[in-house]
Amino acid sequence: MSHGTQTDAAATRAATVRRIAEQHASARGPLMPALHGVVAELGHIDPLDVPVVADVLNLSVAEVHGVVSFYTDFRTRPAPAHTVHLCRAESCQALGSQPLYEDTVRRFAGREDVEVDHVFCFGNCPLGPSGTVDGRLHGRLTPERITRLTQDWQP
Amino acid sequence: MTTVYVPCDSSAVSVGADEVAAALAAVEGVQVLRNGSRGMLWAEPLVEVVTERGRVGYAGVSAEDVPRLVAAGLLTGEDTPECLGVVDEHEWLRSQRRVSFARVGLIEPTDIAAYGEHGGWAGLRRALSLAPADVVAEVTTSGLRGRGGAGFPAGVKWRTVLDAPAGLRFVVCNLDEGDSGTFADRMLCEGDPFTLIEGMVIAAHATGASEGYVYCRSEYPAVVTTLRRAIEVAYAHGYLGERITGSDLSFDLELRVGAGAYICGEETSMLESLEGRRGEVRAKPPIPALHGLFGRPTVINNTLTFAAVPMILADGGAAYAALGTGRSRGTQVFQLAGNIARGGIVEADFGISLGDLVTGYGGGTLSGRPVRAVQVGGPLGAYLPVDRLDVPMDYEALAAAGGMLGHGGIVVFDDTVDMARQARFAMEFCAAESCGKCTPCRVGAVRGVETLDRIIAGVRREDNLLLLEDLCTTMTKGSLCAMGGLTPMPVRSAVQHWPEDFDAPAVHDIPSSGGSGP
Ligand SMILES: Cc1cc2nc3c(=O)[nH]c(=O)nc-3n(C[C@H](O)[C@H](O)[C@H](O)COP(=O)(O)O)c2cc1C
Ligand code: SF4
Ligand code: FES
Repeated sequence: MSHGTQTDAAATRAATVRRIAEQHASARGPLMPALHGVVAELGHIDPLDVPVVADVLNLSVAEVHGVVSFYTDFRTRPAPAHTVHLCRAESCQALGSQPLYEDTVRRFAGREDVEVDHVFCFGNCPLGPSGTVDGRLHGRLTPERITRLTQDWQP
Repeated sequence: MTTVYVPCDSSAVSVGADEVAAALAAVEGVQVLRNGSRGMLWAEPLVEVVTERGRVGYAGVSAEDVPRLVAAGLLTGEDTPECLGVVDEHEWLRSQRRVSFARVGLIEPTDIAAYGEHGGWAGLRRALSLAPADVVAEVTTSGLRGRGGAGFPAGVKWRTVLDAPAGLRFVVCNLDEGDSGTFADRMLCEGDPFTLIEGMVIAAHATGASEGYVYCRSEYPAVVTTLRRAIEVAYAHGYLGERITGSDLSFDLELRVGAGAYICGEETSMLESLEGRRGEVRAKPPIPALHGLFGRPTVINNTLTFAAVPMILADGGAAYAALGTGRSRGTQVFQLAGNIARGGIVEADFGISLGDLVTGYGGGTLSGRPVRAVQVGGPLGAYLPVDRLDVPMDYEALAAAGGMLGHGGIVVFDDTVDMARQARFAMEFCAAESCGKCTPCRVGAVRGVETLDRIIAGVRREDNLLLLEDLCTTMTKGSLCAMGGLTPMPVRSAVQHWPEDFDAPAVHDIPSSGGSGP
C-alpha cells in the first residue's frame, strides 16, 4: 500500500469521526453518545480518532482517552469477524456456565477471527447459561448448541 | 382470523420465540402479535391463543412443534401436553399481585392505545390535577422505597428536589440493572415501556424537572430499541415534550446507553457517565438530589421505583401502603433465577417468605438436586443456607437474617456448588468492576482473590482465613461505596455457613500463578 492511500484512508476516517462527533456536539454530555456512534459506524475507536473527538467536543485528549479506556465497550482495535460472549455471573454459574466458558475458550484458541469473552449478566438469568453469538442472545446454551451456532465459521 | 401472541421479550427470543412467531405467521388464518413476556420464563417461548375462554397458553413451544400443535388444535385452545390452560387462571400467575407488572405480557409493548385501554395514564391524569407538593405527599404516603437496592424512601428524595433552589432540574432513571439474577427492569421496559415513561413524567411534575434521562446498560439492546420507540410514540401523542396533554408541564426525555461498566449503576458514577466522564464514584455529600446531573438538583430512581408511581397516583398512596409489611410497603417484583425449575417474575406483597418463592413458585432446583445456597440481592448480597428459607422478604427482616434485598434477585444453587469458589468469584467480580477510586476496594479485592486462591489450594489455611477476614473488615470500613463495602457480604456468608468448603487438604507451597485463572 502506498503512503498516499494510507493518508487518504486516515483522512476519510478522520472526516467520518468528525461528522459523528458533530452530530452529538449540541447534546448535554455528548462524549458517550459520540463514542458509541464511532464504534457503531467504524467498529472501534482508533487512537487517532481520539484527538478528533476531543477537538470537536472541546475536550482535552487526555479526557477522551480516559473515558475510552474506562469502558469495556469502547474497543480500541478492529473487531474480529465473529464474537462469542458468554455470561459468567452467578446465576449462569449455578447453571454450569464456567465449564461452558472454559470449553469455548479452548475450542477457539488460536483463532484470530473469533473473540471469546465473558460478560457479567444479560438479564436472561433463569434461562442460563446465556451468551451472545455474533451479537444475538441465546439461552440454555450447551457445547452442542455452540457447535451448531458456529458451524459455518471458517477460520 | 385467530390471534396468537408470541412474546418479543429477549428471554423468549433467546430460546426461539422469533422462529416460533415466523412458523405461526405462515399458518393460514393466523395473526401473530408480539407481546412482552408474562414473566413465566420457565414456560418460554409461551404461545397464547385467543379463545372464547380467554388466552390459552402453550409452554416451551419450538418452531418444529408448530405443525404438530396446530394439527392437535392449538388454534382453538385444545389440550395438549404443552397446554397450560387459560394463562390468567394459572396458579403461578393468579396468586401473584401484579401492580407494577400489571400490563407486562398482556399487550404489544409500544401500542399506546392498548396502554390506555389497560389503565395507562390514569396516574398521570390525577397527578396533573394535583399540585407538585401533593403528588410528593401521595408518594410519601405510599411508603414507596427505592427498588435499586438501598431502599431509600422515594417521597423524601422527591421532596428534597422539590424544595431545592429554583432552576433547571433533572429526572434520571437508573436502568443499569447489573446484578446477576435480576431482569425485572429489562422485562418491564421491553414489555410495557410506557409505565416507566408515565412514572418519570409524574416525577417531573412533582419535582419541577424539565429534562430527563434513562441510563440503560449496553447489554440490553432490545430495551434500547423498544424504549426509544416508546419515547417517540409518547412524543407523537403528547405525553412528552411541550405542554404534556395540554397541561403546563413540559418534559423532555432521552435514553442514553452505558458502555459495559457495572459500577455505572451506582448513582453518582452514573451521573459522571452521563456527563461524559469515567464512571468514577463521587464522594457524598453533596447528594444528587441537590447537586446531581451537571450540578443541578436531580431525582434519580430505579426503573421499578418509577414503575410503581403510576398506580400510586391512580389509586392513591394509601392503597399502595395497604400492601406489604412493616416498613416495606407495597409489592416487590422478585426475580427467581439460577438453578431453579420455574424461574421468572413473581410480584408479591413484601413479607412473603424466601421459601415460598424458592420452593413454592420456583419449584426447587432445575437439576432436581437439593438446594444448598441462595444468593439474595445480587453479587453484593449474602449467600443464605436452606435453614434461612423461612425469612420474610422485607428490607428489615432480611437484614436481621444477615441478608439484603437489593434489587430483588434470588439466585438458587444446588448441592454441587463449591462455596469457596463463589467467595472467590465475589472478590474477582469486585476486582474486575471496581472503579478504582479508593484503595480498600481496588487493591483489597485483588488481595482477596489471591488469598482465596491460597485457601482453595490448602496453603496455610488458618493464616489465610484470618487475612481474608482482615481484608473484609478493611473493605467494609474503608470503601467509598457499596461495591467495595458490600463485597465482603457474600464472602463472609460463604465462610460462615459453609466452612467445610474452605477446608482443602493442606499443602506446603504457594501455588504458581496458574491458580489465579478463572
Ligand atoms: C455498586 C453499585 C451498583 C448499583 N447498581 C444499581 C443498578 O444497577 N440499578 C439501580 O437502580 N441501582 C443501583 N445501585 C443503587 C444506586 O446507587 C441508587 O441507590 C439508586 O439508583 C437509587 O434509586 P432508588 O432509590 O429508586 O433505588 C447501585 C449501587 C451500587 C453501590
Ligand atoms: S468502593 Fe470500589 S467502586 Fe466504590 S468508589 Fe471505591 S473503588 Fe470505586
Ligand atoms: S447471570 Fe447470566 S444472564 Fe444473568
